[in-house]
Amino acid sequence: MSELVNEPSARRELAKGVVGGTAIVFGDDVNTDVIIPGRYLVSIDPAELAEHAFEPLGPELQQRLRASDVVVAGRNFGCGSAREQASTCLIGAGISAVVARSFSRVFFRNAINTGLVAVECPDAVDAVEDGAEVLVDYGAGTVTVGGQSFGFAPYPPGLRVILEAGGLIPHLMQQAKAGQRG
Amino acid sequence: MGKSFAQKALERASGEKDLVPGQIVDAFPDLYMSHTASWRCIRTLERMGVDELYDVDRIAMVMDHISPADNAKTAGYHALCREFADRMGVRKFFDVNAGIAHVVLMERGLIKPGELIIGTDSHSTIYGALGALGTGVGFSEITATWVTGKLWMKVPESIKVEVDGPLARGTYPKDVMLRLIGDVGADGATYCSVEFHGSYVEQMSVSERMTLCNLAMEMGAKNAFVPPDDTALAYLDEAGADRGSYEVLLPDPDAQYRQVERVDGRSLVPQVAVPHTVDNVVGVDEVAGTKVDQVFIGSCANAKYDDLAIAAEVLAGNTVAPGVRLIVTPASSMIMAKAASDGIVSTLLQAGALITNPGCGACAGSGGAMADGEVTFSTANRNFQGRMGSYQSSIYLGSPATAAASAIRGVISNPQELLA
Repeated sequence: MSELVNEPSARRELAKGVVGGTAIVFGDDVNTDVIIPGRYLVSIDPAELAEHAFEPLGPELQQRLRASDVVVAGRNFGCGSAREQASTCLIGAGISAVVARSFSRVFFRNAINTGLVAVECPDAVDAVEDGAEVLVDYGAGTVTVGGQSFGFAPYPPGLRVILEAGGLIPHLMQQAKAGQRG
Repeated sequence: MGKSFAQKALERASGEKDLVPGQIVDAFPDLYMSHTASWRCIRTLERMGVDELYDVDRIAMVMDHISPADNAKTAGYHALCREFADRMGVRKFFDVNAGIAHVVLMERGLIKPGELIIGTDSHSTIYGALGALGTGVGFSEITATWVTGKLWMKVPESIKVEVDGPLARGTYPKDVMLRLIGDVGADGATYCSVEFHGSYVEQMSVSERMTLCNLAMEMGAKNAFVPPDDTALAYLDEAGADRGSYEVLLPDPDAQYRQVERVDGRSLVPQVAVPHTVDNVVGVDEVAGTKVDQVFIGSCANAKYDDLAIAAEVLAGNTVAPGVRLIVTPASSMIMAKAASDGIVSTLLQAGALITNPGCGACAGSGGAMADGEVTFSTANRNFQGRMGSYQSSIYLGSPATAAASAIRGVISNPQELLA
């Protein structure tokens, strides 16, 4: 099997629990068909999916996406389908966090389960401009934009351990391994 | 204080008591549905190196997206699913001939009131039509549940939707839902359990309730719910679900709702969702006259028996406009068989329709793709940019009657003019 599937998220951490970098900004109601069109769901490989992330919005935007680290969005990011690849393709494109006003419920689950940091922080969204530097400390529950810090409700412990392991499947594999040792 | 349906269903599924909205629990679903995405779950399981499953009888697999296979790669995925189902003893396996997972499972008595159902499909909210808590998850989560039997769930707040009727001729549950989605917005019910009540809902068939609960997803709902009544119990009897095998859960009369929405069906006209969002909703007359290249009557929202019957009623004695492609994709083989035996299929064919095998069809991008600049009028649940072919094509959504009327005239049309 050549595909790299269900590996721990390649999310780059700047310090423990801290991710971030250059932001790319989107509006409200960005849907899953725009994030990753259905015709590409024949793959679950992050790198392969990343080539088609946001394809409906054109190559210029896709290029900016790949040069970015953080997706910043308005309301209801990831609305639509339950396709997990909507999160995987962003990881493949080098995105380590999504900061939004709000998420669709299933995108939020998929993000955590694939090891993509997803936080709801409307104040930070207001403060971000395209290309700004954004840091997300998901341990402390803060988003920093140009020296300004904004708080968000930290993850419940059960979700945080999944994120720290790089996703749900790596988390379960770690647990199984620990169980065998124990 | 009284409890909502979702509170009761999650108490049942978690074994915990007195849950309140916002609490996170470990819940044990009764059924894990995976559609053609099952191959992703199987690959993930291989990656985990696990072959012991929590309860194989809770796995349901239905090959509905991209069916039959359209190339060697997807054929390989289907083959992987068949081999896995056979090897692991997955008895609730339905191959490419069965139809759309949601409808197939419901019409075969595999979805029961009070149950918690998870599925690799956002429209799993549809199971609320039989009083179950259905919700969509990704494939990693289905795989994890195969192994552990559980997943974390947040107890949702609830929204009560009251729909009163009767509806005017030419308007249907689809119109009710499009109006509601237009009113509350694409995120109006995010994370919430949406309960449908009211005099019109009580009179609805289970099939019509499926349309309500299916489309609740398009306002962000976690799940949807219609209180099971004699209509639902009769449907379950016919589907072969033994009455002793389930317990109906009903919200308490004093349950807490975050908000109450009302739709007055009596004043409703046919509704249309305009490109490219489902909450961009107008009365049909505002877009009447818009040229269509293709009409699609299909999907888990509106390709059930009564949807096909409504389309046939409008199309009977008429023909599809020159240059327009009318594609009809029945939701399941059982529905198709019934429509064939009572003349609906031949009425549609005589009008010029192309009838495909049951399944998701064009809604999931399998056939029925559009070229640049083309327009489809669809009875499905999504009109997102590029969902049916070219990124420069457009999808309008409405009821089967509006779809049929638009196919006849070649432009978006009010079905009330043809049904008068």
